[in-house]
Amino acid sequence: MFTAIGVMVGIAVVIGVVLGWSAIRFKVEGNPLAEKIDAILPQTQCGQCGFPGCKPYAEAIAKGEADINQCPPGGEDGVKKLAELLGVEPKPLDETHGTPKPKSVAFIDEQTCIGCTLCIQACPVDAIVGAAKQMHTIVAAECTGCELCLPPCPVDCISMVPIAEDLPHWKWKHPVVMIKQLATEEHA
Amino acid sequence: MSRELFKFKGGVHPPEHKAESNARPIHPAPLPKKLVIPLRQHIGNPAKPVVAVGDPVKKGQMIAEADGYISTAVHASSSGIVTAIDLQPVPHISGLPDLCITIETDGHDEWIDRKPLDLHTEPSKLRMQLRDMGLAGLGGAVFPSAVKLDPGAAHPCPTLIINGGECEPWITCDDVLMRTHADEILQGVAIMRHLLGCSEILVGIEDNKPEAIAAMRDAAARMDFAVEVVAVPARYPGGGAKQMIQVLTGKEVPSGKLSTDIGIQVFNVGTTYALARAVHHGEPLISRLVTVTGHVLRPQNFEVLIGTPMHTLITLAGDRDGTTGVLMGGPMMGVPMPNLEVPVVKATNCLLVKSAELFPPLPKALPCIRCTRCAEACPAELQPQELYRFAKAGDFGRAQEYHLFDCIECGCCSYVCPSHIPLVDYYRYAKSEIWAREKDKRASDLARERHEFRLYRQEREKKEKAEKLAAKAQAKRAELAAEPAAQGAPSDADAKKALIAAALARAQAKKAEIAPKNTDNLSPVTQQEIEEIEARRAKIRELARQPLESDEKKT
Repeated sequence: MFTAIGVMVGIAVVIGVVLGWSAIRFKVEGNPLAEKIDAILPQTQCGQCGFPGCKPYAEAIAKGEADINQCPPGGEDGVKKLAELLGVEPKPLDETHGTPKPKSVAFIDEQTCIGCTLCIQACPVDAIVGAAKQMHTIVAAECTGCELCLPPCPVDCISMVPIAEDLPHWKWKHPVVMIKQLATEEHA
Repeated sequence: MSRELFKFKGGVHPPEHKAESNARPIHPAPLPKKLVIPLRQHIGNPAKPVVAVGDPVKKGQMIAEADGYISTAVHASSSGIVTAIDLQPVPHISGLPDLCITIETDGHDEWIDRKPLDLHTEPSKLRMQLRDMGLAGLGGAVFPSAVKLDPGAAHPCPTLIINGGECEPWITCDDVLMRTHADEILQGVAIMRHLLGCSEILVGIEDNKPEAIAAMRDAAARMDFAVEVVAVPARYPGGGAKQMIQVLTGKEVPSGKLSTDIGIQVFNVGTTYALARAVHHGEPLISRLVTVTGHVLRPQNFEVLIGTPMHTLITLAGDRDGTTGVLMGGPMMGVPMPNLEVPVVKATNCLLVKSAELFPPLPKALPCIRCTRCAEACPAELQPQELYRFAKAGDFGRAQEYHLFDCIECGCCSYVCPSHIPLVDYYRYAKSEIWAREKDKRASDLARERHEFRLYRQEREKKEKAEKLAAKAQAKRAELAAEPAAQGAPSDADAKKALIAAALARAQAKKAEIAPKNTDNLSPVTQQEIEEIEARRAKIRELARQPLESDEKKT
């Protein structure tokens, strides 16, 4: 019996040493879960979730400090993906954090702009070009549509323009719609 | 002609309907009053306009230049005045407008100065000249031809295949072109051979076009290099590039690779003809053959200027009552046109006018019973029933694992489906959804990168500001320390005192220098007062000097 205990203890010690060593040797820097969550988030950096950017929100989710349904730009789709990643039930978007809007980009009315640079300071992705007392403009390709530049503007010269569908951005639609229409026509 | 032929898997035999349109001679379509020429007629970047509204243009003049490597130029199809550069409806299933150049024709049809290209110029230069000739693949993909004519250092291209398959039902433009312009097609082949350095040249033509095969063989016999014209069994989609390669050579293009990776380049006969016109006659690609067939009075092929509105062709061929729609392309792969005002473009090989008798509406789609008939018909050897399942469920990752992007959208699966499911529509949907997501992913990666850089920049600016302030304070302290240091005062407190003393001394010296201006004629009383004040001041000065003196004593 003592031999058996001895063997078990011996195995335990060996495994313990190996595990302890590998915990130090193969230590993962940062929080891999937060990074995975961050990859799902839409990176608008709009702060509607209540955190200053997508990464802090991802970290909060990873720590269990925030719910998965606080990101309106991500929409229901984003919530579903987060739920899948975290192995929890998807839930409807929390309306208190805002509702999903069609994708849009900010547009500065250059006639009204007074060149105060307040929007430049507010833009989370540095997508506004301009200088003090110079006209500002938006780099549309880099604008995430976060709307953070709207409140600081003292002359309300920024508006959100929805991205219109054009040929390069056109998508084939899901064909089911057509089948359903046919079916209802037949029944009618 | 004892070449061993191979078979590709799958394929279907739809009714051919070629005889309707291939008997009539090619009819040049009349010059329209207005040409609308889209700038996005090819794969790659749309061309950039080089003319302005109001400019007069001649036939064949470049009106938009290639933008980047994978792009090609666009030319005026006739002479006239540029009246607009704006968004116009284009032949696309969505019906969305795109940037077009509108030319009001003047009826003179006056050419630019056409100069044949010199074949002996450096190949890279010649390719740029061909790019400026607006050449793009006329078989349907409209890929810029100049790019395909670059053999590249890594891929020698020993085999050149000229594709005269034209497997899609109803279409006969390649058939008629081969019958009438076989010599010029082979002149184009000679140019390709020169640029690519091919040793083996095969022309694949489906055996339902005996006249075309005979004409091409006649012309091939007159060439000074070996061209093998091969009759391949007619089976849809035998005219697909990958299928044609497999039938002629037995080689399969690996998934996700190009035919050039296995040393084969494929060109459509129409492209070859256009190349010959460009090189030997200096004519850019401004017209093409278009089959107008289906529910029309006189189905035939027209030589059409790019930019001609589609409805004029249908009127020419004789429109009939009971039209239920028009497809651009054939019945298998064609796309319905939202309206007929749209212009003919480089990709327009056929206008197929539909009627209820010729194309009865499909019955309602039924659920998939997983009979796998689609898998038997699929020439790309995919599992269409699985792709359908994943696409329908939005499981695009799995669809990609099942090689969705190897699907050539030939429509064989939809054709054989007993449940009449529009399978190809699902694949197109899945493909465009995947592309859109990739685009979104790139955009969000860019946003993340920019946001992180902004945070880093703000941190850096804060640090730089703090450093600057610290440096400024440091400099002042050093300056303060400098004077007493000269006098040999080591401690900070001493330095401060010394500075204060020095400042005082300076102030006194200044005061002493200033001579009061009203002191010339003073009454004795005033003089006495002044003297008293001076004495008091001297006392204060004495007092102020004392600590300094004591300091000096200390040192």
